[in-house]
Amino acid sequence: MERNNNLHRQVASLRQSLFDQGYVDEQFIELEELQDDATPNFVEEVVTLFYNDSARLIHNIDQSLEEHPLDFAKLDNFMHQFKGSSSSIGAKKVKIECTKFMEYCRAGNVEGCKGTFQQLKREYAVLRKKLEVYFQYARPAGPTDTASYRPK
Amino acid sequence: MEMAQELHVLAVDDSHVDRKVIERLLKISCCKVTAVESGTRALQYLGLDGGKSSMGIDGLKVNLILTDYSMPGMTGYELLKKIKESSVLSKIPVVIMSSEKILPRIDRCLEEGAEEFLLKPVKLSDVKRLRDFILRGEGDDNKETEKNIKQVCSRKRKFQDDSMTQSMLSAVVTAHDIELSSQESSASSESQQPLSKQSKIG
Repeated sequence: MERNNNLHRQVASLRQSLFDQGYVDEQFIELEELQDDATPNFVEEVVTLFYNDSARLIHNIDQSLEEHPLDFAKLDNFMHQFKGSSSSIGAKKVKIECTKFMEYCRAGNVEGCKGTFQQLKREYAVLRKKLEVYFQYARPAGPTDTASYRPK
Repeated sequence: MEMAQELHVLAVDDSHVDRKVIERLLKISCCKVTAVESGTRALQYLGLDGGKSSMGIDGLKVNLILTDYSMPGMTGYELLKKIKESSVLSKIPVVIMSSEKILPRIDRCLEEGAEEFLLKPVKLSDVKRLRDFILRGEGDDNKETEKNIKQVCSRKRKFQDDSMTQSMLSAVVTAHDIELSSQESSASSESQQPLSKQSKIG
């Protein structure tokens, strides 16, 4: 029981810091509310889909940023998708960078786009690390959970 | 003829993330969901492309089409137009979702016959409101059905909510463990929790 309480504290603390440090916003809570005992991994599953989408988009944007001249319409379109999925999981900081990028795109600002994209990739990497740790601890029926914690 | 007990919603969105979320929102609201990734697929499903319609085969009438606006190929607006131009399908309500609040876009969609325009990310309250609106629109004879669906759905969800509340409460246990445990005990005895949950307390 003591072990469970410690784990709960750690999970709660990890979760709170995600919000306090601005990594996620209320949309993350909306997703949590869709999770229940029948779908205990829902949030993590949605976030995993986000990682898949993001990997593809980051790759496409990286490639597109190598072109001469830049195709701003194409970049804007990729970023619109990235912003959409970031918004859907409540990825606050990443979404902010997406918005900045799209503003630079619309202004035709090459350096702005490239610089912001580097920042976006950094934010994405940090968010991913934090979420991975959080889900590891928060995952139901983990090794330290006992039968009494999760009703069958 | 007995009306289907659950609304059947066709959700159209090119984003995999959004499809998963909207599907869950609809299932929680006790709707049957068919989720497709494009306007083209949606038209195929509805039988508008001249091919065989899956809708016809298993007889699952579509009560609502919920579509994203910005999609590659066919936009949600173009899909809306095709549906409204069809004598067979024009009566099906269409709701457009978009992450962008662009007033001319919203106007255009509403003028073309969209029931509503939802801003993404779509919330559970939006979906429930839509569901209730559609239920009401399915005819006066079905007032009983509407009431039944809402009651059954909220009973189902309350049970799930209680499970979730318990796990969320546990997740936010802090230094005030003892205080929270005693609160949980009193909450449990008031709301008839299944016996298995009580073993978690203390």
